[in-house]
Amino acid sequence: MKKLINEPEHIVYEELRGIAAAHPDLVEVHFDPNYIVRKGSPLKGKVGIVSGGGSGHEPMHGGFVGHGMLDAACPGAVFTSPTPDQMLEATKGVNGGAGVLHIVKNYTGDIMNFEMAADLARDEGIEVESVVINDDVAVQDSLYTAGRRGVGATVLAEKICGAAAETRRSLKDVANICRKVNDRGRSMGMALTSCIVPHAGKPTFSLAEDEMEIGIGIHGEPGRIRMKLAPADKIAEMLMTSIISDLPYKNGDEVLLFVNGMGGTPLMELYVVYNKAHEIAVKSGLKVTRNLIGSYITSLEMAGCSITLLKLDDELTRLWDAPVKTAALRWGM
Amino acid sequence: MRISRDDVLNWIRNCAAAVADNKEYLIQLDSDIGDGDHGANIHRGFQAVLSKLPTVADKDIGTIFKTVGFTLISTVGGASGPLYGALFMQMGTVTAGKLELTLADWAAAIEAGLNGVILRGKAILGDKTMVDALMPSAKALHEASIEGKSLPDALRTCARAAEKGMRNTIPLVAKKGRASYLGERSVGHQDPGATSSNLLLQVAVRTWTNGAS
Repeated sequence: MKKLINEPEHIVYEELRGIAAAHPDLVEVHFDPNYIVRKGSPLKGKVGIVSGGGSGHEPMHGGFVGHGMLDAACPGAVFTSPTPDQMLEATKGVNGGAGVLHIVKNYTGDIMNFEMAADLARDEGIEVESVVINDDVAVQDSLYTAGRRGVGATVLAEKICGAAAETRRSLKDVANICRKVNDRGRSMGMALTSCIVPHAGKPTFSLAEDEMEIGIGIHGEPGRIRMKLAPADKIAEMLMTSIISDLPYKNGDEVLLFVNGMGGTPLMELYVVYNKAHEIAVKSGLKVTRNLIGSYITSLEMAGCSITLLKLDDELTRLWDAPVKTAALRWGM
Repeated sequence: MRISRDDVLNWIRNCAAAVADNKEYLIQLDSDIGDGDHGANIHRGFQAVLSKLPTVADKDIGTIFKTVGFTLISTVGGASGPLYGALFMQMGTVTAGKLELTLADWAAAIEAGLNGVILRGKAILGDKTMVDALMPSAKALHEASIEGKSLPDALRTCARAAEKGMRNTIPLVAKKGRASYLGERSVGHQDPGATSSNLLLQVAVRTWTNGAS
C-alpha cells in the first residue's frame, strides 16, 4: 500500500485538522464528536441540512458545507457510517428553529445511525425530517437486498436542497424537494481498479489488468457484471443505457448530466466519457441543460467513473443555478 | 451458581480481548462479503468500553450493560454499532438494578438483546446476520433454564448453539447489509456478524466456567 498517510488510525482526524486549517472562512470543525459545521451556524429561521457518511468519499460530504449547500457534515471512519452522537450534536448545532433535514444515503449503517440520531434530536424538541437517497440503478431493487445504494444524486440533492433552505423554505418543502431529486435522479458507476481501505492495507477486491466492474458501489461493493475492459465510449453507453431505461425519461426532457470520477481517474478521461454520454443523451431526445464534471463522490483511489442523470424542471434548475460557496462547489458568489 | 457483577465485568473485559485477538480474522471475513471494516470497528468500540468500564464498575449490572451499549453506539459506527449497541442496551434494561444474575436472568437478557437487534436491524433467521447466531443461543438458554440445567451446562449448550448458528450462515444468501449486494456470490462465506456474536457467547462460557467443559 502506497498512500500519503501517517497512521491509518489517525487519517480522519488529520484530514479534519487539515480542513479546519484550510477553510476557516467557511466552516468550523468540531472534535469528539466529529462534525464539520458551516461558519456562523445556526442561522435563525433557516432549515439546517445535515448529511454524513463514511470518510473516503471526499469531497462528499465535508467539502459541501457552506453557503447554499450543507450546514453540517458528519464524517465516520473510512467507509463506516458515523455515529448518532455526531449527528445529534451536528443537528443541534445547525438548528435555527426551522427544523433540520437529514440527507441519508441508503446503506444499512447510515440508516440505523441516522434513525437513532433523529429520535434523539426529536426527544430534545428539534423537528427532524429524513430523506433517504437511493439512486444506484446497478442494484436490482428487491426485498432480498438492502435496496438501491445512495450515490451521485446525493451531491445534486445536497446542492439543490441547500439552495432551497437558503431562501427560507420550510422543512417540509425542503424535504419534498429532496425527495423529488431522488425520484428523478438515477446513477450507475464502474471501476477500473479497486480502492484500498487504509486500515485493511490491501485492495478491497481484485480486478485483472484487462478487467472492469460495471455497476460498482462507492465502497467497492460488487456491481452487475465483471467483464473485459472496453473503450470509454462503450462504457459510457453501458452506463447511460441502464440509467435512461430505468427512469422513463421522455423526449424533450431537460436533464442535468453529471459525470463523476471515483478518485483515481483524471479529469481528461471524465471529459472523454462526458463527450459520449452527452451524445447518447441527445440521441435519446434529452436536452442536457446543466452538467457537472469532476470527482465529487469518490471511493478513495479507485479508478473509474459514475454517471448521474437528473430530470430537471424550472424549480430544480433555478435551485441548481443559485449561488453556492463551499470548499468543493462554488459559483455565483 | 450465579453470575456476579465481577463475573459480568470479567466477561466484558474478555470480550474486548477476544475481539482484539480476532480483529484480523473478522476483517478478512468482512472483506470477503462486506467492506472489510467489521473487525476494526468493533475492536475500536470494545477498546472504548474498556476505558469506560471503571466508571461503572460499582454500579448494577443493568447500568454496566447499558454503558457498554451506549459506548458501542457512539464509537463503532456502521451497522454493527447500532446493532451491538441495541443488544447491550436491551440486556441492560432487563437486568436493571441487579447485582447478580441467575440462569433465568441471563437467558432473559440474551433474549431481550436479540429482540433489540431484530427491532433495529429487521433481520429474520436465515438472513445471514448476527441473528443467526443469537437466536439459537437465546432459545438454548431459555430451554436450559426451564429444564433446570446448571449454569455451566446451560452456557455450554448456548455456546454450541451459537457456533452451529454461525456455521449455518456459510451456505446462506445474504439478505441484509452490504453483503446482500452480492446475492448468490455471498454463498460459501461465513457471516462476520454471526462470527463476532458467537465469539461473545464463547467468551461467556470460557469466563464463567473456567474453561472446564
